[in-house]
Amino acid sequence: MSAARPAIADRIAIFDPLSTGTTWQRRRSLAVVYGLLSLFAAYYLLPLGVIVLNSFRDMAEISRAGLIGLPHSFSLQHWAKAWGTFCVNGACNGIAPFFYNSLWMAIPATIISTAIGAINGYVLSKWRFRGSETLFACMTLGVFLPGQMVLLPWAWTLGTLGLTNTIAGLVLIHCVQGLSFTTLFCRNYYVSIPDALIQAARIDGAGFWRIFRKIVLPLSPPILIVTVIWQFTGIWNDFLFGVIFSSGRNQPVTAALIALTAGGMSVRQYNVESAAVLIGAMPPLLIYLFGGKFFMRGLTQGAVK
Amino acid sequence: MSSLLIRDLCKSFGSVEVLRNINLEARTGEFIALVGPSGCGKSTLLAMLAGLESVTHGDIEIDGRIVNRVPPKDRNIAMVFQSYALYPTMTVRENITFGMESRGVSKDKQTEALARVAGLLQIGDLLGRKPFQLSGGQRQRVAMGRALVRDPALFLFDEPLSNLDAKLRVEMRTEIKKLHQRVAKTTIYVTHDQVEAMTLASRVAVLHKGALQQFDRPRAVYERPANMFVAGFMGSPSMNFLPAQIVEVGGKLAVSVQAGNGTPALLPLAGAVGGATRQVVLGIRPEHFGRFTGIGNPTMGVIEASTEVVEPTGAETMVVLRAAGSEIIARFEPDDAPGVGEVVKLSVDMNKACLFDPGTQVLLN
Repeated sequence: MSAARPAIADRIAIFDPLSTGTTWQRRRSLAVVYGLLSLFAAYYLLPLGVIVLNSFRDMAEISRAGLIGLPHSFSLQHWAKAWGTFCVNGACNGIAPFFYNSLWMAIPATIISTAIGAINGYVLSKWRFRGSETLFACMTLGVFLPGQMVLLPWAWTLGTLGLTNTIAGLVLIHCVQGLSFTTLFCRNYYVSIPDALIQAARIDGAGFWRIFRKIVLPLSPPILIVTVIWQFTGIWNDFLFGVIFSSGRNQPVTAALIALTAGGMSVRQYNVESAAVLIGAMPPLLIYLFGGKFFMRGLTQGAVK
Repeated sequence: MSSLLIRDLCKSFGSVEVLRNINLEARTGEFIALVGPSGCGKSTLLAMLAGLESVTHGDIEIDGRIVNRVPPKDRNIAMVFQSYALYPTMTVRENITFGMESRGVSKDKQTEALARVAGLLQIGDLLGRKPFQLSGGQRQRVAMGRALVRDPALFLFDEPLSNLDAKLRVEMRTEIKKLHQRVAKTTIYVTHDQVEAMTLASRVAVLHKGALQQFDRPRAVYERPANMFVAGFMGSPSMNFLPAQIVEVGGKLAVSVQAGNGTPALLPLAGAVGGATRQVVLGIRPEHFGRFTGIGNPTMGVIEASTEVVEPTGAETMVVLRAAGSEIIARFEPDDAPGVGEVVKLSVDMNKACLFDPGTQVLLN
């Protein structure tokens, strides 16, 4: 509740370790720092660059000049084909249906797992009870369990519930699998909300839900943004559960991309495949572009500052 | 009639006993200060009154109703927190009306109560602001407004001034007193600052190690402290303690303190202490020393001391002296204070002196 202070990110920007020393020393240090950073950035971005370029090139040109090369022709038709008419899994509707599958899976799962995580975090930080710390430790354990380990239990669960090969089944998996993370994020954030606020609200006559809605939730946007970005990216990019528990028309886009290349019969169409991969990767990228700064801020910010 | 009655109240956290057999009573309209050093249990006691901590043993009665198991919202109390605990995302107006909204008070009544409190605390022009846009003193006012807007049986204050700077603290102290005189609500005020307790309270409860040491009017606590802890805690600088002996001289009892040169100094004994010659601890407040002018009276003792440190504060000068083998602090008028190294004859107002049992530390006279 203290007066507005610069966020940590701003404070880091103010600190300049290269601000002392002779001009020559400073220039040399800057050159080394920027040189190395540029090198690694190029290294990481190169595959993305190749894919982007290929998505605009003609098949003839790719087979003539190889996968790596600057486009001599430029066409958006591969993108259109990848989206709407390319044949995947025996149907020629492009990857659009699978893209929508992913949306139908990722959006509800993100919302539900974040909402439950926020409530869990609220209870585990502000309404502690005997054993709540142990419970929290058990939930956090889920963060460290590899997905491969839970494949069989999930297969049994989905089978029992009749949700095998459905989007709803994948939503359920991602909700449960995401709870460890969302609870951990929210609980650790809510711990920094002073208990006196909750006590004051209780004396003011507010109950469990009213305190959550009126006091805790309004303080939550930083951590909710972090959790939503984390969950959406993780769920959208998930491949394991998608490829194991869905098939045919019900696959999310990540799993369908494999089917796209595994058609086998015809000649590989690298340009269309590139465009399809880029379409499939687009939503997390967009979320990161628009929400990235909130993400960084949320991770470094306390609740009441 | 009393608004608050505490009977044999005990609190333990596991095997740790935090409060032992507390008995307190606040009459309607009274201002009770709970004072004690950190860790004495005063904040725990307040939290128990508020319903934020459970009762291990004993009873809390508010307005004639035992509330041991009643949740905070149904206890008819209002509380001001040390950190103010203003809801950070709400405006001042929303902070103050939150409680009424939770209780389903009609909009008209809310507006009316808000206007009354805003006028009382002069925060009318702050109503649209968020807590982070307020200064410490303003936050303090809003926190009080949030409590005042209700009409509770009991006001609870948890060290409300400890986050303010020294000057503001004194101003707000006066304002709290004015406010209490105007609204005349029963108030329980927790503080570790004995000056706050003395200035505000109609009665002071001194707590130490989870036990109530004394519960009385401020002057009584100051002048006749029940034991050496209270005597040392209340008053700044603290009361001076000198090892002494009760002796019989010429058929009359006197207090003998060992002077520096080996010869005992005899001080007249005012009032009975029950029993003759015995060891005692003589307690004298700094202001009950003075420079001996040569004119004595039957209740005045005289003792010689050498000046070691002189601490002027402006209005008065505190002087550390060595007398009777102990270090003592005496208060002087600035013009009258001795210089360092000076040997002075001090008069001691034995009427005001306290005698304690060296074993039990309890007041004897």
